[in-house]
Amino acid sequence: MDPKPRLLTILDVVTVLLLVVATWMVFFYAPLEAVMGQVQRVFYFHVAAGWVGMLGFIAAAIMGVIYLIKGDRKWDIVELAAVEIGMVFAFINVVTGSIWARPIWNTWWTWDPRLTTATIMLLIYAAYLMLRAGIDDPDRRARFGAVYAIIGSLSVPLTYFSARLFRTIHPIVIATNQPGGDGSFDMTPPMTQTFMFSLLVFSFIFIVLLWHRIRLGQLSDKVDQLKLKSME
Amino acid sequence: MEFLQIAPAETTSYMIAGFAVIFGVMLLYVISIAVRTRNLKQDYAMLKSFETEDQD
Repeated sequence: MDPKPRLLTILDVVTVLLLVVATWMVFFYAPLEAVMGQVQRVFYFHVAAGWVGMLGFIAAAIMGVIYLIKGDRKWDIVELAAVEIGMVFAFINVVTGSIWARPIWNTWWTWDPRLTTATIMLLIYAAYLMLRAGIDDPDRRARFGAVYAIIGSLSVPLTYFSARLFRTIHPIVIATNQPGGDGSFDMTPPMTQTFMFSLLVFSFIFIVLLWHRIRLGQLSDKVDQLKLKSME
Repeated sequence: MEFLQIAPAETTSYMIAGFAVIFGVMLLYVISIAVRTRNLKQDYAMLKSFETEDQD
């Protein structure tokens, strides 16, 4: 395996420090929300995790297109890395949303359009991993994966716009002048700053994890090639 | 009836649960990448040693 690049080590350290600052801002800089209380603080990382989830799935679709055009396996490795990270953060997004909903909506779960589309999106990508696991031929696996990632990415805008297109109780906090859902709140400037900073920090986390996961994928590819060679 | 509310709701335990999930899942994923990398490095080293043995 290639030695770890110096830039990646620097990025690791910077990202951890940024996460510490973001956590400090969430707990000590952003004020306590007047109605919901402490649980509202989950919102900053809940939305940021959703952002990383969608970023991962969109990145995977782009990598899928590039793979289909160029046919180079390296794009398949990036695609798989992006999907895996997207799934981890989409899962965090759904679970933290459920935890927030319990005291605010008085239920852990409701089949609201936003919650339903987010869960479907997560299941679509769980099926992507299952599909890949069921195909032995690497080229065929990469080709099927690329097509699936492109089609599956349609669930991303559907999830994002579901709260705007359909009648929903999910709060709409970003870029809207519509009346919000149940549990909406007006953000004060420190809340907005904390929110924007959290989005930035989670974007850094995405880049760092993606880089590490790509390196893992490359190593896995080398091991597979050696195994095939040893069997010949 | 929010206008009758005099203090924010007591939701600290849910906040703790939320952050436990956020940091817990992220930590587990980082550990999974580290463990998988370590295992693959071992496999790679072993396969390379087989390859050199075969050449000898």
